[in-house]
Amino acid sequence: MKVLVAVKRVVDYNVKVRVKADNSGVDLANVKMSMNPFCEIAVEEAVRLKEKGVATEIVVVSIGPATAQEQLRTALALGADRAILVESAEELTSLAVAKLLKAVVDKEQPQLVILGKQAIDSDNNQTGQMLAALTGYGQGTFASKVEVSGDSVAVTREIDGGAQTVSLKLPAIVTTDLRLNEPRYASLPNIMKAKKKPLESLTPEALGVSTASTNKTVKVEAPAARSAGIKVKSVAELVEKLKNEAKVI
Amino acid sequence: MTILVIAEHDNKVLAPATLNTVAAAAKIGGDIHVLVAGQGAGAVAEAAAKVAGVSKVLVADNAAYAHQLPENVAPLVAELGAGYSHILAAATSNGKNILPRVAAQLDVDQISEIISVESADTFKRPIYAGNAIATVQSNASVKVITVRATGFDPVAAEGGSAAVEAVAAAHDAGTSSFVGEELAKSDRPELTAAKIVVSGGRGMQNGDNFKHLYALADKLGASVGASRAAVDAGFVPNDMQVGQTGKIVAPQLYIAVGISGAIQHLAGMKDSKVIVAINKDEEAPIFQVADYGLVADLFEAVPELEKLV
Ligand SMILES: Cc1cc2nc3c(=O)[nH]c(=O)nc-3n(C[C@H](O)[C@H](O)[C@H](O)COP(=O)(O)OP(=O)(O)OC[C@H]3O[C@@H](n4cnc5c(N)ncnc54)[C@H](O)[C@@H]3O)c2cc1C
Ligand SMILES: Cc1cc2nc3c(=O)[nH]c(=O)nc-3n(C[C@H](O)[C@H](O)[C@H](O)COP(=O)(O)OP(=O)(O)OC[C@H]3O[C@@H](n4cnc5c(N)ncnc54)[C@H](O)[C@@H]3O)c2cc1C
Repeated sequence: MKVLVAVKRVVDYNVKVRVKADNSGVDLANVKMSMNPFCEIAVEEAVRLKEKGVATEIVVVSIGPATAQEQLRTALALGADRAILVESAEELTSLAVAKLLKAVVDKEQPQLVILGKQAIDSDNNQTGQMLAALTGYGQGTFASKVEVSGDSVAVTREIDGGAQTVSLKLPAIVTTDLRLNEPRYASLPNIMKAKKKPLESLTPEALGVSTASTNKTVKVEAPAARSAGIKVKSVAELVEKLKNEAKVI
Repeated sequence: MTILVIAEHDNKVLAPATLNTVAAAAKIGGDIHVLVAGQGAGAVAEAAAKVAGVSKVLVADNAAYAHQLPENVAPLVAELGAGYSHILAAATSNGKNILPRVAAQLDVDQISEIISVESADTFKRPIYAGNAIATVQSNASVKVITVRATGFDPVAAEGGSAAVEAVAAAHDAGTSSFVGEELAKSDRPELTAAKIVVSGGRGMQNGDNFKHLYALADKLGASVGASRAAVDAGFVPNDMQVGQTGKIVAPQLYIAVGISGAIQHLAGMKDSKVIVAINKDEEAPIFQVADYGLVADLFEAVPELEKLV
């Protein structure tokens, strides 16, 4: 079974981003970029499926600038077999990304596509569901457990009230939640080997996909700052403040 | 303009998040219709008809919709929603699961988790874990939007008298089936609807110690939340996680106990009215957003707090 994994290059989760003075976006000059944490979990899940003998080939795909090759090489070092970069310098919406991924799915015909549930930059939480709509496949979003058996996959999902399990016919789309697995680190020999693994570059034009958008970002601002309050000296003082000053208990 | 709001429910009860979503629809302006897709959800439709500001309730009653499987519900919403100016759903795990699938079927971009309505086509939404707020404008013929409940005060659950109409459309894609679910049972208020939330982090050390927080919460009529570290360590179940990738809460009072205040955690609670932090490390970043900080050992402070409130 072939597994396709989508990985996104994003600001590292430790970076506290700053809004640009002209409110056109956030300042990404000279900040550390990494693979989206949920995408790391997606790669790890695919590698585990391969180690179990369920997956035979892992193809990773990223849509983004040429520098997204770094994240693809990381995925190759973690155990993916080959990589595809769909190069696009512009910021694409989730729908545009999903359309490009659909074109890659048509070309590669994977049985399972694994994505992160959410990219920590735009926090959209859309792409997997949109890809499922465009392909007509079933979707197991926010997965905490994935079990492939025969021509179906059982996905346990983290939902507001607890957990839900659904069964999907293959091919299917899965998006990862935090507790699906704990991603491994790439070893140095594997990082070296990854440099020789195949990485193909494509363009939206070559895939025949229009990335036009119905959304426009008007401006990006810093959130209203919350200022630090006071330190209380004792539990008694805290209770007094909550009762008489804040009046919340 | 007519707006379609997707009801959030479990076939028995209309979830409160629907009231915040209707509030967002009212800010946009125009007629508001509510879709109840489910099985045997008559009581939900009745409740939806009473919600202030709703003029019509559409009921799609079919076994295929019983568990809100997106493969079946999204085509229904896309078919019905195509004639509306906006389709809105709460940004719950269910709304997030279904709505992007609807947007892609309608070939429009979705706007996720809006926190304010600037005009009928322009909205604000947090990005980068709330470290930036984007103003987004949509020129889509149907605007597909999820609504963050904490951004909008709920409309009244009573006072309306909308017409209830059955819709015949049945979609069963046959690609997915429901296997089972494990729902947490709790007598405490729901995390995202509670007026007071007491949350514990890694500092709690183990699941058993959460009993101190439950005791405090029960005295305050509060709900109990947790940081990701506490969930990952297995102290408490995942549905208690507050943060960028957990639940977003904005209660009157949020008490963070043994939580350091990572940006991913702050993203889920920093809009709370009053924040209290109890932490033994006076340098902990949580104190930068706390209205009242107490530098203390939680194992002494929490039992004492429970006694005094
Ligand atoms: C300031 C600013 C404002 C923006 N405003 C908007 C906006 O309002 N609306 C909007 O739709 N977009 C906006 N974008 C674009 C946005 O950054 C994303 O590139 C785009 O929306 C994709 O969505 P996502 O990454 O949040 O997807 P999600 O749905 O959150 O991502 C889920 C998963 O999809 C996969 N995936 C997503 N993108 C890629 C990719 N490029 N390559 C491979 N896999 C991928 C990954 O597996 C990822 O984990 C904005 C960007 C900036 C910088
Ligand atoms: C992609 C991604 C998504 C994430 N999403 C979330 C999310 O949604 N929610 C979330 O919470 N986190 C999230 N995180 C994790 C986040 O980065 C932090 O790791 C986490 O919030 C830390 O939890 P904590 O504060 O409980 O633990 P720690 O950072 O370990 O803090 C424990 C605190 O307890 C204090 N303490 C210890 N003992 C005592 C005592 N006896 N008395 C008083 N104080 C004591 C310590 O001083 C310390 O400040 C995410 C991370 C990533 C990468």
